[in-house]
Amino acid sequence: MKLSRRTFLKSSGVATAGLAVATAVPEKFLLWAEEAGLIKATYVPTFCEICFWKCGAIAKVLNGRVVKLDGNPVHGNSRGKLCARGNGGIGLLYDKDRLKSPLINVGKRGEGKYRKASWDEALGLVAEKMKGIKQQHGPEAMALFTHGAPTDHFLPLLSAYGTQNVGMPSFAQCRGPRDVGYELTFGEGPGSPERVDMINSKVIVLIGSHLGENMHNSQVQDFTEGLGRGAKLIVVDPRFSIAAGKAQQWLPIRPASDLALLLAWINIIITEGMYDRPYLDQFAEGFSDLAQAVSHCTPQWAEQETDIPAAQIMETARMMGQNAPAVTIHPGRHATWYGDDVQRSRALAILTALLGSWGRSGGLFMATKGSLTKGESKPFPEPGKEPLNTGGYPFAGAEGVTQAIREATISGAPYPIKGWFVSGTNLLKALPDQKRTLEAINKLDLLVVVDVMPMDTAMMADVILPECSYLERYDALAIGKGKSLSVSLRQPVIKPLYESQPGWWIAKELANRLDLADYFPWTTYEEKIKAQCVTAGISYDDLKKLGSLTIPDTAAPYITPENQPVFKTASGKIELSSKELKEKGFDPVPVYVRHPQPPEGFFRLTYGRSAVHTFSRTTNNPALNELYKENEVWINAKKAQALGLKNGEYVLLINQDGAKSNRIRVKATQRIREDMVYMVHGWGSTPKELSRSSLKGADDQGLVTRYAVDPIAGSTGMRVNFVKLQKEA
Amino acid sequence: MPKYAMVIDQRRCVACMACVVACKNENDVPPEQYRTRVLEMVEGEFPQLRMELRSELCNHCDNPPCVYNCPTGASYKRKEDGIVLLRKNRCVGCKACVAACPYDARYINHEKGFADKCTFCEHRLKEGKEPACVATCIGKSRIFGDMDDPKSPVRIALQNSDATVLLEGAGTRPRVYYIKKFSKPE
Ligand code: SF4
Ligand code: SF4
Ligand code: SF4
Repeated sequence: MKLSRRTFLKSSGVATAGLAVATAVPEKFLLWAEEAGLIKATYVPTFCEICFWKCGAIAKVLNGRVVKLDGNPVHGNSRGKLCARGNGGIGLLYDKDRLKSPLINVGKRGEGKYRKASWDEALGLVAEKMKGIKQQHGPEAMALFTHGAPTDHFLPLLSAYGTQNVGMPSFAQCRGPRDVGYELTFGEGPGSPERVDMINSKVIVLIGSHLGENMHNSQVQDFTEGLGRGAKLIVVDPRFSIAAGKAQQWLPIRPASDLALLLAWINIIITEGMYDRPYLDQFAEGFSDLAQAVSHCTPQWAEQETDIPAAQIMETARMMGQNAPAVTIHPGRHATWYGDDVQRSRALAILTALLGSWGRSGGLFMATKGSLTKGESKPFPEPGKEPLNTGGYPFAGAEGVTQAIREATISGAPYPIKGWFVSGTNLLKALPDQKRTLEAINKLDLLVVVDVMPMDTAMMADVILPECSYLERYDALAIGKGKSLSVSLRQPVIKPLYESQPGWWIAKELANRLDLADYFPWTTYEEKIKAQCVTAGISYDDLKKLGSLTIPDTAAPYITPENQPVFKTASGKIELSSKELKEKGFDPVPVYVRHPQPPEGFFRLTYGRSAVHTFSRTTNNPALNELYKENEVWINAKKAQALGLKNGEYVLLINQDGAKSNRIRVKATQRIREDMVYMVHGWGSTPKELSRSSLKGADDQGLVTRYAVDPIAGSTGMRVNFVKLQKEA
Repeated sequence: MPKYAMVIDQRRCVACMACVVACKNENDVPPEQYRTRVLEMVEGEFPQLRMELRSELCNHCDNPPCVYNCPTGASYKRKEDGIVLLRKNRCVGCKACVAACPYDARYINHEKGFADKCTFCEHRLKEGKEPACVATCIGKSRIFGDMDDPKSPVRIALQNSDATVLLEGAGTRPRVYYIKKFSKPE
């Protein structure tokens, strides 16, 4: 069918009733029809879930179809703007490859043979199996792996069921060690969004944070605004990232030596007297222990370790010292690098403290004073057996050490884990050592996956429960803790497509079938949210209309005589030298230990983000796939030449244990050191149901067969693998 | 009468592609076609490197070869605001404009058959909104406004900066200005 604009207008001109016209409008003429005044757009505020920044978005709907997403101007994380991925959310909504109905596995596990099932049958089967596991092994034999919005539905479900074996990869495979490092120093983490006041900084220091490629909307807005206002930028990154391209000082550091650089900076700040003495006198303790412990960390020593000239180490330290306290030492986010990640994060926190930047304009601002009154809910049962989710690591958080649950699943010790419930995470891509994950999955009696797309882990499940996308559902209110407290609503923009259902509905229906209905004492999620609003004293109607409300008078970002900081550490002070660590037998001040470097012929494997993708979950999104269709392996141009590798040609990556990747294109570039390669995380998904991204690019996680566990937090350092490149045969 | 123009502050761009996706949704641009793009260019040798991030779109030239070369009169420069536009119903898809534009700013819309390109989102301007790419620009790198209004963001952005245009020698007199080639701020 080929309609010109003229024929379209003529044919539509016949109809008289506006609605009749509207329904006749073919999708691709919606914008024309709007222009011609035939249909009118409606706008619905909600918030994004293409990543986890939760930006306020306003959906434009024409004739029942979402045609555009814009940033919500009153939402603090978007401020009227969405990133490429947020703009591309429509691509997820209308991806023809979405999971459309419940599926039940009829083949061997992982074979991908499914039959369609009704919700009643699928939920009945899950409930029956879960009951069986509980009867035979106790409720602890079920584990939950989860991330993002679905957690608000399935964590209560599994808690009510009676298990506390919960693992969120956001801890042990991402932010965990950073948060622990800051908690040990300041008594609290840097927050998410990180409370970085870059907009007011005079100096911004990024250590491995590739802002811009790591597209956290409001944070990147603050970053460019800070630069626009004249902040100086120091970027430590072995790769010439987008951010490095904007830096006055780029430090292409030898991978795995970051802690040496940080200790040298700390030492210079101390020996040159550039630390904030009154601030430390008032708020910190352990200064002399710190000074002593780092006294040997001279710039010359660090030069040997880091490959950064001593003079540049000196100069950058002075840049910070001279501009303190308006210096943002970015805490980073994905911090699971080398297994001493809590200590590296501690060093970042200590440097922040020395410069007096915590609680100061241009540094890290303090959390909002506000909080929301939460309603009462029925208490969950006490666990009968000790939960395994901290893996025995002394400072592991409640988010859990995922791989500890995996290992228990394989060994059956200290007690059996027989079922996994997975929502909002593609475990095969999130956890290191994929083979172990598969091994664990193969031991299960039940694997249930809730997902929107047929991702790798979903396609291993016994039962797949198709969730609708964020544009088709209610989710829990988002409580934003920026400078002020804010509350945002996710509400459906259109009705769920196909037979997909919202997470809350799936959880509630399962609860009904598990005799746990008491824990979900409401009929619709909207009803639950409305009740919450009443308890919290906010107007649901306003929230629905505006999408986000900022609670007035809840900001207290900077230290003033009236606004004194509270440090929830053991001593109630900033701990430059950590008592808690010392008690547990760890170094109270971070100590640099040299990590192995790649043997001859091998390169360290590093990975990161693309601005247009969120891990594997967006790789098949048509709007985003179009911009980046497969990942590439970055290799230094000189090295590529020596290996006879040309830009764009396919290679295989083989790691030190012989693990081989899918084929991946070479990006020979000056923008990277010679001792490493780099790739965007999340590619090489295997399900054939992903028509665009199946077997496109290589999966970094398949090459992370080794990982270095942080003894403090149990997190998995994943930049400890070495690969070589082999031409595709 | 406004004289619309855009300023690209290259120092503030992070190559995040928000503009590209927003433009495609706003203007229903078919797959694999673009009204705007962002180029990432690096020169030098490790570790002495310089990066240029450059947004490109139609320059709404004051001396537009695409308009002069259009045989049907479909392409025109709108008198009241200087936006270069296309009367879709007159376009026969002959590609003369595509060939004439030195900026590679045009394409033949492969779903609809006519020539297409950036319109400065004139349909949004009518509603008092900024172009879609500007509205969503994460780095506030894309700046839009009326060159005749001394208080407009474009005029403010162009104060005290050496702005350039692309292919000045082509004589097209672009209305898209670029501030600072390399992304490192001074
Ligand atoms: S940063 Fe982008 S993807 Fe993440 S929530 Fe915001 S708009 Fe969505
Ligand atoms: S940039 Fe190209 S399409 Fe745009 S006005 Fe100039 S010549 Fe025409
Ligand atoms: S949205 Fe702005 S910052 Fe992002 S690529 Fe486009 S011009 Fe650059």
